[in-house]
Amino acid sequence: MTVSILHRATGDGMALVGSVLLVWWLLAIAAGAQAYETFRDVFTYSDGRLNIVGWVVGIGLTASLFQHMLSGLRHLVLDTGAGYELKTNKRFALACMIGGVLLTVAYWLYLGFK
Amino acid sequence: MRTSVGRVRGLGSAKEGTHHWWNQRLTAGSNFALMAWLLISVARQPAYDHATIHAWLSSAWVAIPMALLILSVFYHFRLGLQVLIEDYQQEQARVASLVVLNFFAIGLGAAALFAILKVALGAK
Repeated sequence: MTVSILHRATGDGMALVGSVLLVWWLLAIAAGAQAYETFRDVFTYSDGRLNIVGWVVGIGLTASLFQHMLSGLRHLVLDTGAGYELKTNKRFALACMIGGVLLTVAYWLYLGFK
Repeated sequence: MRTSVGRVRGLGSAKEGTHHWWNQRLTAGSNFALMAWLLISVARQPAYDHATIHAWLSSAWVAIPMALLILSVFYHFRLGLQVLIEDYQQEQARVASLVVLNFFAIGLGAAALFAILKVALGAK
């Protein structure tokens, strides 16, 4: 049940916040270097490190995305009528939670250390 | 000649059958592929200054999947937010919210497509 609620929360969160930021980013790229810097400076310090907004929004949205992506795959499996046995269902749900966190950590570690 | 039962069978309470449900699944599949591409492509950029990102987005290999991503993701989230509204809003508020939702999704999507086309087709 938790994973199902999270699926809605992460999906609607990304739909309302992520969509606006994605479009702002694209418009800033199109508008030029100055508009792009304005966008970037909201999320980073002048030395390039993420500020508190960058951490919260960046981690929040990527964690939402990975969580929603995995629980979405889970829903596609459930749609076929499979995976409703209690044990299997619980294992899938747990895998979504853990997988979402692991993918988020892996993504930011890659960005940080590459 | 169709009987009354034949006409309504399979349409459900929303009177449009599985259209919404099915399109949500179809775009889930395309979202998966396109978002996986975007995450990897962004992570592999050598730098994140304007010149690098502008050059990246101006390539057809990036602009086309990015435009497809906007269409797929925005259609998918419009359907998702519609379900949220239908679950928690009734009567006039529901209709008003659905109208606002269409303005939000289509307006924002149009802005995104404009930005992509401007970068991909425009002069520097």
